[in-house]
Amino acid sequence: MAKLHVSTTINGEPAEFLCEPYETMLDALRGPLGLTGSKEGCASGDCGACSITLDDRLVCSCLMLAAEAEGRQVHTIEGMAQGDRLHPLQQKFLEMAALQCGICTSGMLIASEALLQKNPRPSEEEVRFWLAGNLCRCTGYDKIVRAVLETAADTREAVQ
Amino acid sequence: MTNIQYFAPRTLDEAIGAFAAAGSAARIMAGGTDLLVQMRSGAVRPGLIVDIKKIAEMTGIEETANGGFRIGAAVPGAVLAEHARFGKVWPGVLEAINLIGSTQVQGRASAGGNLCNGSPAGDSVPAMIAAGSIATVHGPNGRRQMPVEEVPAGPGQTCLAPGEILVSFTFPPRPFGSGDAYLRMIPRTEMDIAVVGCGVSLTLNDGICTAARVSLGAVAPTVLLVEAAAKALIGTRLETAALDAAAEACRAACRPIDDKRGTIAYRTKVAGVLLKRTVAIAAQRAGGN
Repeated sequence: MAKLHVSTTINGEPAEFLCEPYETMLDALRGPLGLTGSKEGCASGDCGACSITLDDRLVCSCLMLAAEAEGRQVHTIEGMAQGDRLHPLQQKFLEMAALQCGICTSGMLIASEALLQKNPRPSEEEVRFWLAGNLCRCTGYDKIVRAVLETAADTREAVQ
Repeated sequence: MTNIQYFAPRTLDEAIGAFAAAGSAARIMAGGTDLLVQMRSGAVRPGLIVDIKKIAEMTGIEETANGGFRIGAAVPGAVLAEHARFGKVWPGVLEAINLIGSTQVQGRASAGGNLCNGSPAGDSVPAMIAAGSIATVHGPNGRRQMPVEEVPAGPGQTCLAPGEILVSFTFPPRPFGSGDAYLRMIPRTEMDIAVVGCGVSLTLNDGICTAARVSLGAVAPTVLLVEAAAKALIGTRLETAALDAAAEACRAACRPIDDKRGTIAYRTKVAGVLLKRTVAIAAQRAGGN
């Protein structure tokens, strides 16, 4: 059967790819699109390592068909830094050692970015509930949660 | 996994035509958070995936002229949570829908998918049954409506006829003094499947319960409407004796299984405990309305 042709926008740039009807967005990102920052942890929507945003909505790219990207806006970890300038969340994760092996990190960052866009003043509890779908087997979560809270506080200070 | 086709029609008629023509080989996809996992595990091998998210009626949220709501079957939980009014009128229904999976899953998963997946433990289902929600389904022979409690047929099974698609849910207007709530028992705080779920909707008039609906999840092959529990509440001031009677009715309605999440005895006991706690929240909300 012929592959599907998909025209979409990834990290602000027009992109086109071919996919099978049953392939996931994560398959397309890591395959034809060569964007391997999104990770496959569980492939069942439990771990969040494949987190992306679709029209600014946080989703698991493993639970979305690649064909659904047609005409939509996709945002991945590759679009987070501005050239050599890290996003404040990326910088804070580095400074506070909020990562160890790194498999969960791109998903944690994308999910945290989506949280701070929606809620610039999250409580610790709100951060922990928001990130409940992002599993990390190294850090024990505490450093990640603190890094998100500190980034939020820094951003508020910078605005004032 | 070859010979799968993907179809994302813009009209319901196109969707029904393709879905009915493909027969049992077709699957409807709303958020896909169950379907893609089932495909990945090999449990389901659809010949045709009909993506219904481009059909306006299935993704819309509408407040009806009489003060009720019509919610498209494919509206994701995160979108419903952002609606200005729905969560104020039906906080229990919204909480139940928002308990399905993680933030990421909420970006896609819908109440319609939760119902049609047919799990006895689906979190949104007891809350919708308690709310008296009506499902609108449309198939090759036209459109019909059925109470949500008549949709599930057993684990993984619904009473929808071949070719029929769940289109939307209608929630009735809310009388003054009404409140609803949903609670589930899970052994952790988030990201788990209900051991028991309980939905309650009730109306209070001068402290007297004038209307009530009670529903239990994960204690039988389908989510249950427990009319005996509602009867035990109606006409009372929700005093201890009434709550004890309603809890006993809930325990009596349980026909659970023993599995890794809970034993028959545990689920039955918890059903009564949850009933009392859920009624307390619904009553508090009713008093505030």
